[in-house]
Amino acid sequence: MNDTSAARIWLLHLAVIAALVAAGFLLPDYHRGVFSRILVLAVFAMGYNLLLGYCGLLSLGHAMFFAAGLYGAGLPLYHLGWGVPAAFVAGVAAGGALALVVGALALRTVGVAFMIVTMMFAQVAYLTTLYFTTWTRGEEGLVLPPATRRVGLGDTVVSLSDPASRYAIALVLFCVVLLLMLRLVRSPFGRTLAGIRENEERMRMLGYDTFRAKLAAVVVSGLACAAAGAAYGLLFGYVGSGFASIQYSILPLLWVLVGGAATTLGPLLGTAFMFYVIDYASGLTTAWLVLVGAALIFIVLFFPKGILGTVRERWLTWLP
Amino acid sequence: MGFGPLLLLASLEGLVTAATLALMALGLSLVFGVMRVVNVAHGEFFMLGAVVAWAVSTAFAGHPAIGFSAALIVAPLVVGAVAFLAERLVLKRLNYDPEATIVATIGLLYIVQQLALTFYGADARPVQPPFNLRIQLPWFGYSGYKLAVIAAAGVLLAGVWFVLARTRAGLVMRATQYDAETAQAFGIPVGRVYAGVFALGAMLAAVAAVLIVPVSQAHYLMGRDPLLLSFVVVIIGGLGSLRGTVVAALLIGLSDGIISTLFFSPTLAKILATLLVALVLVFRPQGLFGTAAR
Repeated sequence: MNDTSAARIWLLHLAVIAALVAAGFLLPDYHRGVFSRILVLAVFAMGYNLLLGYCGLLSLGHAMFFAAGLYGAGLPLYHLGWGVPAAFVAGVAAGGALALVVGALALRTVGVAFMIVTMMFAQVAYLTTLYFTTWTRGEEGLVLPPATRRVGLGDTVVSLSDPASRYAIALVLFCVVLLLMLRLVRSPFGRTLAGIRENEERMRMLGYDTFRAKLAAVVVSGLACAAAGAAYGLLFGYVGSGFASIQYSILPLLWVLVGGAATTLGPLLGTAFMFYVIDYASGLTTAWLVLVGAALIFIVLFFPKGILGTVRERWLTWLP
Repeated sequence: MGFGPLLLLASLEGLVTAATLALMALGLSLVFGVMRVVNVAHGEFFMLGAVVAWAVSTAFAGHPAIGFSAALIVAPLVVGAVAFLAERLVLKRLNYDPEATIVATIGLLYIVQQLALTFYGADARPVQPPFNLRIQLPWFGYSGYKLAVIAAAGVLLAGVWFVLARTRAGLVMRATQYDAETAQAFGIPVGRVYAGVFALGAMLAAVAAVLIVPVSQAHYLMGRDPLLLSFVVVIIGGLGSLRGTVVAALLIGLSDGIISTLFFSPTLAKILATLLVALVLVFRPQGLFGTAAR
């Protein structure tokens, strides 16, 4: 990787960030609201992408990490009256701890067994949120009152239910995770993960501790997904079991595949694209799940590399 | 009712669950064993079978047995045709790549489920059992139809075993499972075997659904829990092993019936069962009855 290419990569990412900042001022209210959600969910997708794209591990249970962040932040805020920053940290920590345990167990399996094991752990997590209905209110969920969703910054108090600050916070989270991911995948650790994806046996023979590298990848991925979950709960004020269901394990897979696995900007692109497709389709018909299903089949059949993956293959080979 | 009779009732209910579960899980296991494809849409084939059974049986007036018998023939054929098409149009083109096929069958799941919701609706609808017979035991009366379901499942399972172990078609399937490339070299049309196996797997799920639908009801989300339970059965029994699948279905069906009638809340029972199975898969990937790790 030479200097011009590195400069190009940083310029591209800074340009995307600048465009998103500008969008915060230019977009009409409705679309700014939609984009606040997309940015947070793109963080979820980026966390998923680290595992699927860079490490080659297909998990069908990432909803549990999202939900760990969601409940890890939402429950202390709702029941214990914690402040927003403490709740956010608690959510991220819950996701990291869960990822460590699940990773240590699930990584003993490979391939199809890994998918099924992660799916089952996620199912356990989902059922757990239903079982403790007293605290979580199950499917109905908890609505976090706006009064509890305020942060004091110096003298000013920022309310998380205000659309403008909501967009700003989502954007900050997105940028932080995006730049961290960019650094991570270009670091020796990121190269190790890609090596494991291509040929784990060979990496092991070269003396890498592949189990430890994969575990680290699961934990980082879990932390990112939990950060997304915690932010989602705190920003939009709702915490419910639906976010732990299998559907929220499939959606990040779909977003990453659409945008392009193993590309840094693919998750954002895929999330935004599918969000608007579903938004548009649900205006036409209630059967938007058919679209999700058809999109999944269409992508694996004709675009196995996703939008940015195809762009990288055909034109811009330097894309990270 | 005393504890003994209650246990008997729970066991009978468990046997009914086990009967349908064994049929459905056998389909999943066949598809995985021969094609190495994890069919996530298997639960939707089950649901589709029940919905078609409802449609067929309501189309026939007169004695419920006529409609039911028609459903027992039509539903597996329709579901088998859908599966056959899906295999030819999608799975074949993916070269049966394990990860791509999982994504594709998830897509299929969403499409079938949503279409069922759109065209069939969100209501659960009953199907008349072909006969109403109540068998009076000393402690309680029990539905004769449910006993017939258990017997029918037993006969079907024996039939599948016979086909696999004693016929030429079964030999071809086993050869493909053992080594697809060598089978191809010996002139076995592997592609057609795959399509046939995928359709057969779906038909087993559909038959299970037709048998159970007079007891439960046809609903567009009814494929969800049986799918998870089938995974559980197939994993515990060892992927691709017929005997293991049947034993595991009995184990899971009975314990499901007994645990959820007698002891915990159903949610807690589900949590424990799922966790247990995940741990089995982690620490004993060949299953409890499987022989070699694949």
